[in-house]
Amino acid sequence: MVDGLGILVSAAGFGFVYGLTARTAGGFSPIEAMAMSLIAFAGAAQFAAIGYVAAGIGWPVIALLTFLLNARHVLYSAALAPWFAGRPVAERAGAAQLLTDESFALSVAHFRRLGRFDGFGYWYAAIVTTFIPWNLATLAGVTIGASIVDPSRLGIDVIFPAAMAGLAVLLISGRRELVAAGAGAAIGVVVSLTVSTTAGVIAGGVLGPFVGLLVPAAKAKEPPGGVEDPRR
Amino acid sequence: MSTDLVPLAFLMWAVTYPSRAVGLLTPGIHRLPRPALDYLQLVGPAVLAAIAIVNTLFPTAGSTTIEVGVAWISVGVCIALVAWRRNLFLGLVAAVAIAIAGRAVGLQ
Repeated sequence: MVDGLGILVSAAGFGFVYGLTARTAGGFSPIEAMAMSLIAFAGAAQFAAIGYVAAGIGWPVIALLTFLLNARHVLYSAALAPWFAGRPVAERAGAAQLLTDESFALSVAHFRRLGRFDGFGYWYAAIVTTFIPWNLATLAGVTIGASIVDPSRLGIDVIFPAAMAGLAVLLISGRRELVAAGAGAAIGVVVSLTVSTTAGVIAGGVLGPFVGLLVPAAKAKEPPGGVEDPRR
Repeated sequence: MSTDLVPLAFLMWAVTYPSRAVGLLTPGIHRLPRPALDYLQLVGPAVLAAIAIVNTLFPTAGSTTIEVGVAWISVGVCIALVAWRRNLFLGLVAAVAIAIAGRAVGLQ
Protein backbone atom coordinates (compact mmCIF):
# COMPACT_ATOMS: atom_id res chain seq x y z
CA MET A 1 0.00 0.00 0.00
CA VAL A 2 2.82 2.40 0.90
CA ASP A 3 4.70 1.53 -2.29
CA GLY A 4 1.45 2.18 -4.15
CA LEU A 5 1.31 5.64 -2.62
CA GLY A 6 4.79 6.29 -3.95
CA ILE A 7 3.72 5.18 -7.41
CA LEU A 8 0.59 7.31 -7.17
CA VAL A 9 2.70 10.37 -6.40
CA SER A 10 5.04 9.46 -9.23
CA ALA A 11 2.21 8.96 -11.73
CA ALA A 12 0.63 12.25 -10.72
CA GLY A 13 3.90 14.16 -10.94
CA PHE A 14 4.92 12.60 -14.22
CA GLY A 15 1.43 12.95 -15.69
CA PHE A 16 1.40 16.61 -14.77
CA VAL A 17 4.76 17.16 -16.43
CA TYR A 18 3.52 15.24 -19.47
CA GLY A 19 0.43 17.44 -19.78
CA LEU A 20 2.50 20.55 -19.31
CA THR A 21 5.10 19.47 -21.86
CA ALA A 22 2.50 18.31 -24.38
CA ARG A 23 0.92 21.75 -24.27
CA THR A 24 4.03 23.88 -24.24
CA ALA A 25 6.53 21.86 -26.28
CA GLY A 26 4.26 19.84 -28.55
CA GLY A 27 1.39 22.27 -29.02
CA PHE A 28 -1.12 19.54 -28.07
CA SER A 29 -4.66 20.63 -27.26
CA PRO A 30 -6.18 19.33 -24.01
CA ILE A 31 -8.25 16.83 -26.03
CA GLU A 32 -5.17 15.54 -27.84
CA ALA A 33 -3.11 15.24 -24.66
CA MET A 34 -5.95 13.47 -22.86
CA ALA A 35 -6.53 11.12 -25.81
CA MET A 36 -2.92 10.03 -25.53
CA SER A 37 -3.20 9.39 -21.79
CA LEU A 38 -6.59 7.66 -21.92
CA ILE A 39 -6.11 5.56 -25.06
CA ALA A 40 -2.39 4.92 -25.51
CA PHE A 41 -1.64 5.15 -21.75
CA ALA A 42 2.08 4.72 -22.31
CA GLY A 43 4.07 7.27 -20.31
CA ALA A 44 7.54 7.20 -21.81
CA ALA A 45 6.18 6.68 -25.32
CA GLN A 46 3.81 9.62 -24.85
CA PHE A 47 6.71 11.83 -23.86
CA ALA A 48 8.69 10.64 -26.85
CA ALA A 49 5.70 11.34 -29.10
CA ILE A 50 5.74 15.00 -28.07
CA GLY A 51 9.25 15.27 -29.45
CA TYR A 52 8.37 13.31 -32.58
CA VAL A 53 5.33 15.50 -33.33
CA ALA A 54 7.27 18.68 -32.61
CA ALA A 55 10.01 17.48 -34.97
CA GLY A 56 7.47 16.75 -37.70
CA ILE A 57 8.19 13.02 -37.84
CA GLY A 58 5.63 11.03 -39.84
CA TRP A 59 3.05 8.91 -38.06
CA PRO A 60 4.27 5.56 -39.45
CA VAL A 61 7.69 6.26 -37.99
CA ILE A 62 6.13 7.37 -34.70
CA ALA A 63 4.18 4.11 -34.65
CA LEU A 64 7.34 2.07 -35.23
CA LEU A 65 9.26 3.92 -32.53
CA THR A 66 6.34 3.54 -30.12
CA PHE A 67 6.20 -0.19 -30.83
CA LEU A 68 9.92 -0.56 -30.15
CA LEU A 69 9.81 1.51 -26.97
CA ASN A 70 6.87 -0.48 -25.65
CA ALA A 71 8.10 -3.88 -26.81
CA ARG A 72 9.31 -4.52 -23.27
CA HIS A 73 5.67 -5.07 -22.33
CA VAL A 74 5.83 -8.41 -24.14
CA LEU A 75 8.19 -9.56 -21.44
CA TYR A 76 6.15 -8.05 -18.60
CA SER A 77 3.05 -9.71 -20.00
CA ALA A 78 4.72 -13.09 -20.27
CA ALA A 79 6.16 -12.75 -16.77
CA LEU A 80 2.67 -12.02 -15.39
CA ALA A 81 1.04 -14.88 -17.32
CA PRO A 82 1.64 -17.58 -14.66
CA TRP A 83 -0.05 -15.43 -12.05
CA PHE A 84 -3.09 -14.91 -14.29
CA ALA A 85 -3.35 -18.57 -15.27
CA GLY A 86 -6.98 -19.68 -15.15
CA ARG A 87 -8.42 -16.17 -15.04
CA PRO A 88 -11.16 -15.21 -17.57
CA VAL A 89 -10.04 -13.94 -20.98
CA ALA A 90 -11.89 -10.64 -20.47
CA GLU A 91 -10.01 -10.04 -17.21
CA ARG A 92 -6.66 -10.79 -18.83
CA ALA A 93 -7.50 -8.57 -21.81
CA GLY A 94 -8.44 -5.73 -19.50
CA ALA A 95 -5.35 -6.25 -17.40
CA ALA A 96 -3.23 -6.00 -20.54
CA GLN A 97 -4.62 -2.57 -21.40
CA LEU A 98 -3.44 -1.28 -18.02
CA LEU A 99 -0.05 -3.02 -17.99
CA THR A 100 2.68 -0.46 -17.37
CA ASP A 101 6.14 -0.39 -15.79
CA GLU A 102 4.52 0.68 -12.55
CA SER A 103 1.62 -1.77 -12.45
CA PHE A 104 3.96 -4.61 -13.40
CA ALA A 105 6.48 -3.78 -10.70
CA LEU A 106 3.87 -3.23 -7.99
CA SER A 107 1.76 -6.27 -8.79
CA VAL A 108 4.68 -8.68 -9.20
CA ALA A 109 6.12 -7.53 -5.88
CA HIS A 110 2.66 -7.97 -4.31
CA PHE A 111 2.14 -11.44 -5.80
CA ARG A 112 5.59 -12.47 -4.63
CA ARG A 113 4.83 -11.37 -1.10
CA LEU A 114 1.55 -13.30 -1.10
CA GLY A 115 2.83 -16.26 -3.10
CA ARG A 116 -0.35 -16.21 -5.21
CA PHE A 117 -2.45 -14.10 -7.60
CA ASP A 118 -4.51 -11.30 -6.07
CA GLY A 119 -6.98 -9.58 -8.40
CA PHE A 120 -7.56 -6.62 -6.13
CA GLY A 121 -3.83 -6.09 -5.86
CA TYR A 122 -3.43 -5.90 -9.64
CA TRP A 123 -6.35 -3.56 -10.25
CA TYR A 124 -5.30 -1.38 -7.34
CA ALA A 125 -1.80 -1.12 -8.80
CA ALA A 126 -3.07 -0.50 -12.33
CA ILE A 127 -6.03 1.81 -11.76
CA VAL A 128 -5.80 3.52 -8.39
CA THR A 129 -2.07 4.16 -8.30
CA THR A 130 -1.43 4.67 -12.01
CA PHE A 131 -4.32 5.16 -14.47
CA ILE A 132 -6.42 7.60 -12.46
CA PRO A 133 -3.62 9.86 -11.16
CA TRP A 134 -1.89 9.77 -14.56
CA ASN A 135 -4.99 11.00 -16.36
CA LEU A 136 -6.10 13.53 -13.77
CA ALA A 137 -2.59 14.95 -13.63
CA THR A 138 -2.39 15.07 -17.43
CA LEU A 139 -5.59 17.11 -17.43
CA ALA A 140 -4.21 19.40 -14.76
CA GLY A 141 -0.90 19.78 -16.53
CA VAL A 142 -2.34 20.55 -19.94
CA THR A 143 -4.98 22.98 -18.67
CA ILE A 144 -3.46 24.81 -15.74
CA GLY A 145 0.18 23.74 -15.77
CA ALA A 146 1.21 26.37 -18.26
CA SER A 147 0.90 28.95 -15.51
CA ILE A 148 3.75 27.30 -13.60
CA VAL A 149 6.82 29.03 -14.93
CA ASP A 150 9.44 26.44 -14.00
CA PRO A 151 8.29 22.95 -12.88
CA SER A 152 11.90 21.93 -12.25
CA ARG A 153 12.06 24.36 -9.33
CA LEU A 154 9.37 22.21 -7.70
CA GLY A 155 11.42 19.08 -8.31
CA ILE A 156 8.73 17.59 -10.55
CA ASP A 157 11.21 16.57 -13.22
CA VAL A 158 13.12 14.19 -10.93
CA ILE A 159 10.05 12.21 -9.92
CA PHE A 160 10.01 9.95 -13.00
CA PRO A 161 13.66 8.83 -13.03
CA ALA A 162 13.64 8.49 -9.24
CA ALA A 163 10.49 6.36 -9.39
CA MET A 164 11.91 4.15 -12.13
CA ALA A 165 15.14 3.69 -10.16
CA GLY A 166 13.23 2.93 -6.97
CA LEU A 167 11.04 0.39 -8.74
CA ALA A 168 14.13 -1.30 -10.15
CA VAL A 169 15.57 -1.54 -6.64
CA LEU A 170 12.34 -3.11 -5.36
CA LEU A 171 12.58 -5.80 -8.05
CA ILE A 172 16.13 -6.73 -7.10
CA SER A 173 16.03 -9.82 -4.92
CA GLY A 174 19.40 -11.37 -5.72
CA ARG A 175 22.69 -11.05 -7.51
CA ARG A 176 21.21 -11.91 -10.89
CA GLU A 177 18.70 -9.05 -10.76
CA LEU A 178 21.39 -6.71 -9.47
CA VAL A 179 23.76 -7.58 -12.31
CA ALA A 180 20.95 -7.34 -14.88
CA ALA A 181 19.99 -3.90 -13.58
CA GLY A 182 23.59 -2.68 -13.57
CA ALA A 183 24.21 -4.04 -17.04
CA GLY A 184 20.94 -2.59 -18.32
CA ALA A 185 21.91 0.82 -16.98
CA ALA A 186 25.45 0.68 -18.37
CA ILE A 187 24.31 -0.50 -21.79
CA GLY A 188 21.58 2.14 -21.76
CA VAL A 189 24.10 4.91 -21.21
CA VAL A 190 26.58 3.68 -23.84
CA VAL A 191 23.91 3.25 -26.51
CA SER A 192 22.32 6.58 -25.61
CA LEU A 193 25.67 8.29 -26.10
CA THR A 194 26.30 6.62 -29.43
CA VAL A 195 22.84 6.20 -30.96
CA SER A 196 19.84 7.68 -29.12
CA THR A 197 18.18 7.54 -25.74
CA THR A 198 15.28 5.52 -27.17
CA ALA A 199 17.72 2.94 -28.47
CA GLY A 200 19.52 3.08 -25.13
CA VAL A 201 16.41 2.12 -23.17
CA ILE A 202 15.61 -0.74 -25.55
CA ALA A 203 19.18 -2.05 -25.67
CA GLY A 204 19.56 -1.87 -21.88
CA GLY A 205 16.28 -3.67 -21.32
CA VAL A 206 16.94 -6.39 -23.90
CA LEU A 207 20.65 -7.02 -23.34
CA GLY A 208 20.90 -6.40 -19.58
CA PRO A 209 19.10 -9.65 -18.69
CA PHE A 210 21.58 -11.66 -20.80
CA VAL A 211 24.40 -10.33 -18.65
CA GLY A 212 22.39 -11.20 -15.54
CA LEU A 213 22.01 -14.76 -16.79
CA LEU A 214 25.77 -15.17 -16.55
CA VAL A 215 25.38 -15.15 -12.75
CA PRO A 216 24.50 -18.56 -11.27
CA ALA A 217 20.83 -18.82 -10.29
CA ALA A 218 19.71 -18.83 -6.68
CA LYS A 219 17.66 -21.79 -5.47
CA ALA A 220 14.13 -21.57 -6.89
CA LYS A 221 10.94 -21.45 -4.79
CA GLU A 222 8.00 -23.76 -5.42
CA PRO A 223 5.70 -22.34 -8.09
CA PRO A 224 2.16 -21.30 -7.04
CA GLY A 225 -0.53 -23.84 -7.86
CA GLY A 226 1.84 -26.07 -9.76
CA VAL A 227 2.19 -23.50 -12.52
CA GLU A 228 5.52 -22.96 -14.20
CA ASP A 229 6.89 -19.92 -12.47
CA PRO A 230 9.29 -17.24 -13.77
CA ARG A 231 10.13 -16.10 -10.25
CA ARG A 232 13.51 -16.90 -8.79
CA MET B 1 -9.78 22.98 -30.07
CA SER B 2 -7.64 20.70 -32.25
CA THR B 3 -8.33 16.98 -32.39
CA ASP B 4 -5.83 16.23 -35.17
CA LEU B 5 -3.65 14.04 -32.95
CA VAL B 6 -6.46 11.86 -31.58
CA PRO B 7 -6.01 9.29 -34.40
CA LEU B 8 -2.32 9.18 -33.51
CA ALA B 9 -3.32 8.20 -29.97
CA PHE B 10 -5.29 5.27 -31.41
CA LEU B 11 -2.34 4.35 -33.63
CA MET B 12 -0.01 4.34 -30.63
CA TRP B 13 -2.52 2.15 -28.78
CA ALA B 14 -2.69 -0.23 -31.74
CA VAL B 15 1.06 -0.81 -31.70
CA THR B 16 1.26 -0.99 -27.89
CA TYR B 17 -1.67 -3.20 -26.88
CA PRO B 18 -0.46 -6.35 -28.67
CA SER B 19 2.81 -6.17 -26.72
CA ARG B 20 0.87 -5.91 -23.49
CA ALA B 21 -1.59 -8.66 -24.34
CA VAL B 22 0.45 -11.34 -26.07
CA GLY B 23 1.76 -12.91 -22.89
CA LEU B 24 -1.48 -12.69 -20.95
CA LEU B 25 -3.67 -13.98 -23.78
CA THR B 26 -1.43 -16.65 -25.29
CA PRO B 27 -2.16 -20.02 -23.71
CA GLY B 28 0.84 -21.81 -22.32
CA ILE B 29 3.29 -18.97 -22.72
CA HIS B 30 4.13 -19.45 -19.03
CA ARG B 31 5.40 -22.92 -19.93
CA LEU B 32 8.30 -21.42 -21.79
CA PRO B 33 11.70 -23.12 -21.35
CA ARG B 34 13.47 -22.30 -18.10
CA PRO B 35 16.15 -20.13 -19.75
CA ALA B 36 13.41 -17.98 -21.30
CA LEU B 37 11.65 -17.64 -17.94
CA ASP B 38 14.96 -16.76 -16.29
CA TYR B 39 15.44 -14.08 -18.92
CA LEU B 40 11.96 -12.67 -18.35
CA GLN B 41 12.61 -12.52 -14.64
CA LEU B 42 15.50 -10.14 -15.25
CA VAL B 43 13.76 -7.84 -17.73
CA GLY B 44 12.05 -5.69 -15.10
CA PRO B 45 15.17 -4.62 -13.20
CA ALA B 46 17.14 -4.14 -16.43
CA VAL B 47 14.62 -2.05 -18.31
CA LEU B 48 13.64 0.06 -15.30
CA ALA B 49 17.30 0.73 -14.52
CA ALA B 50 17.91 1.70 -18.15
CA ILE B 51 14.91 4.05 -18.16
CA ALA B 52 15.99 5.60 -14.86
CA ILE B 53 19.59 6.26 -15.79
CA VAL B 54 18.80 7.48 -19.29
CA ASN B 55 16.23 9.94 -17.93
CA THR B 56 18.65 11.08 -15.24
CA LEU B 57 21.73 11.57 -17.41
CA PHE B 58 19.94 12.77 -20.56
CA PRO B 59 17.07 14.93 -19.26
CA THR B 60 16.73 16.95 -22.46
CA ALA B 61 14.53 15.13 -25.00
CA GLY B 62 16.51 14.01 -28.02
CA SER B 63 19.87 14.93 -26.51
CA THR B 64 22.72 12.41 -26.44
CA THR B 65 24.91 14.58 -24.22
CA ILE B 66 25.21 13.79 -20.52
CA GLU B 67 24.02 16.66 -18.34
CA VAL B 68 25.34 16.90 -14.78
CA GLY B 69 22.67 18.10 -12.37
CA VAL B 70 21.07 17.89 -8.97
CA ALA B 71 18.88 15.10 -10.37
CA TRP B 72 21.87 12.79 -10.03
CA ILE B 73 21.89 13.37 -6.28
CA SER B 74 18.11 13.12 -6.04
CA VAL B 75 17.97 9.79 -7.85
CA GLY B 76 21.01 8.45 -6.00
CA VAL B 77 19.50 9.27 -2.62
CA CYS B 78 16.18 7.74 -3.71
CA ILE B 79 17.97 4.51 -4.69
CA ALA B 80 19.82 4.40 -1.36
CA LEU B 81 16.67 5.02 0.69
CA VAL B 82 14.59 2.48 -1.20
CA ALA B 83 17.36 -0.11 -0.87
CA TRP B 84 17.67 0.63 2.84
CA ARG B 85 14.04 1.04 3.89
CA ARG B 86 12.25 -0.74 0.99
CA ASN B 87 9.98 2.31 0.85
CA LEU B 88 9.54 4.01 -2.52
CA PHE B 89 7.43 6.87 -1.22
CA LEU B 90 10.13 7.87 1.24
CA GLY B 91 12.69 7.79 -1.56
CA LEU B 92 10.58 9.99 -3.82
CA VAL B 93 9.92 12.56 -1.11
CA ALA B 94 13.66 12.78 -0.45
CA ALA B 95 14.42 13.06 -4.17
CA VAL B 96 12.00 15.94 -4.67
CA ALA B 97 13.16 17.70 -1.50
CA ILE B 98 16.78 17.52 -2.64
CA ALA B 99 15.87 18.84 -6.10
CA ILE B 100 13.96 21.78 -4.61
CA ALA B 101 16.75 22.58 -2.14
CA GLY B 102 19.45 22.20 -4.77
CA ARG B 103 17.76 24.48 -7.23
CA ALA B 104 17.02 27.01 -4.52
CA VAL B 105 20.77 27.41 -4.05
CA GLY B 106 21.41 27.65 -7.76
CA LEU B 107 22.21 24.06 -8.79
CA GLN B 108 20.71 22.79 -12.07
